[in-house]
Amino acid sequence: MSLAARLARNGAAGWLLPAAIIAGWEAAARAGLIPANVLPAPSAVAEAFWRLTLSGELIRNIGVSTLRALSGFAIGGSIGFALGLANGLSTLSRGLTDTTLQMIRNIPHLALIPLVILWFGIDEEAKLFLVALGVFFPIYVNTLLGIQSVDPQLVEMGRVYGLDRRALFFRVILPGALPSIFVGLRYALGIMWLTLIVAETISASSGLGYMAMQAREFLLIDVVVLSILIYALLGKLADSLARLLERLSLGWHPAFQKG
Amino acid sequence: MPAATLTAARSLVATPAQARTIGSVEGRRAFAFKEVGKRFGDKIVLDGISLDVRAGQFLAVIGKSGCGKSTLLRLLAGLDRPSSGSLTFGAAEEGHSRTRFMFQEPRLLPWASVVKNVEIGLTGIAGGTEARQRALAMLDEVGLADRADEWPSVLSGGQKQRVALARALVGQPQILALDEPLGALDALTRIEMQQLLERIWLDQKFTAVLVTHDVGEAVALADRVVVIGAGRIALDLEVPVARPRRHGSAELAHIEGTILDHLFSRV
Repeated sequence: MSLAARLARNGAAGWLLPAAIIAGWEAAARAGLIPANVLPAPSAVAEAFWRLTLSGELIRNIGVSTLRALSGFAIGGSIGFALGLANGLSTLSRGLTDTTLQMIRNIPHLALIPLVILWFGIDEEAKLFLVALGVFFPIYVNTLLGIQSVDPQLVEMGRVYGLDRRALFFRVILPGALPSIFVGLRYALGIMWLTLIVAETISASSGLGYMAMQAREFLLIDVVVLSILIYALLGKLADSLARLLERLSLGWHPAFQKG
Repeated sequence: MPAATLTAARSLVATPAQARTIGSVEGRRAFAFKEVGKRFGDKIVLDGISLDVRAGQFLAVIGKSGCGKSTLLRLLAGLDRPSSGSLTFGAAEEGHSRTRFMFQEPRLLPWASVVKNVEIGLTGIAGGTEARQRALAMLDEVGLADRADEWPSVLSGGQKQRVALARALVGQPQILALDEPLGALDALTRIEMQQLLERIWLDQKFTAVLVTHDVGEAVALADRVVVIGAGRIALDLEVPVARPRRHGSAELAHIEGTILDHLFSRV
């Protein structure tokens, strides 16, 4: 087996390109091709990382941001999931709410920032509200879609074999909707970080976005770049977690079976 | 729930004195259709079907596509309700609750292992380890005991239908309704499945109602063949051939010819 094939198998291949980019960037910065006030060398960013870690500032800001992201996600995600289930299972509920939700969905949620600041100031509620709103729709839409696309033949089979409503839901409908729900989950995780960062950049007194904005004020460009890299890593981490969950719960799906 | 209403509608009328000779001369009755009609909107699908089936009989229902044979089966399984007439079950048959349905497609849950799929057939009958034991025993019966913990997606079409058969039979139904379950299989797998079905039927003695468009299959398996045409029973024929039957024997071929003549109205 070639080296490339072995790397691809254990998932390391995906990291080759980022590593190469960083190496090239470092070389270009040292050769003076990139001025330090435009883009600092990776080693300078690493230094900033170490400095902020020692001061405890970095950990605190990551903690604050993560807590915000997850709380907003929990609120928006659970409402979206509940409404997706309700509207997937009940035509009455769908008839009542779907039109309204589809109208709201077409408003870019970040366009609400001025209004949200007027409502909540720059306190935690503002960020939670925006994250929850951003996360709500991908979860809602995909849960609804998942339930609507469950094979009606399987539902009929369940009824014929005497499954009650509860068993029908947990053994036929929910597992059938799960692949689609996971698509919504991964999409929502992306929106979660995006929304939070925008919200923190515009109005906050702590968190990663705030740290980056402060650094800009003081022309600490290495800290700005560091913040951006941490966003990338956190986003990747969230996506990996979602993929792991997907693999664990969708083992039956041919797409997730190891060949 | 259709099952409840239909059980309630079950009449207690005794077997009519002028009972159909073929069905009820020997043994008790499994179920009877009495002047059953079914309409979907303006379209009359079944138009006064009367059919008396004795317990343990293997009945095949044949007809051209769209003749209403699947509707007949859905009425029997409680998936639809008759527009007119009545459907009665024998005393021990407990209505639809002991009727199992085998579909044209396997309809296995892809997210449940093979044995878990079979356990669905024990809903309301057994649970836990007992359900697993019975499901495994039934899988052994259809020759798939060693595949119990695999996902249905790795099985072949014939194996999936065998799992569906195990699921239908694991609850020991009194009546098994089969809606062209072998239609999608290749010719050899089909014959294998027919033999398996016959063996289990001889063993468990349930009443089997097989809807098929394959006349050869019908005469190979059934005690009695009913031909449906234009929503009515066009022919009701016993197949008095001893088992095990040999595919393509002259006797079966003769009966097959009679039925085909009827289907294409050459008599």
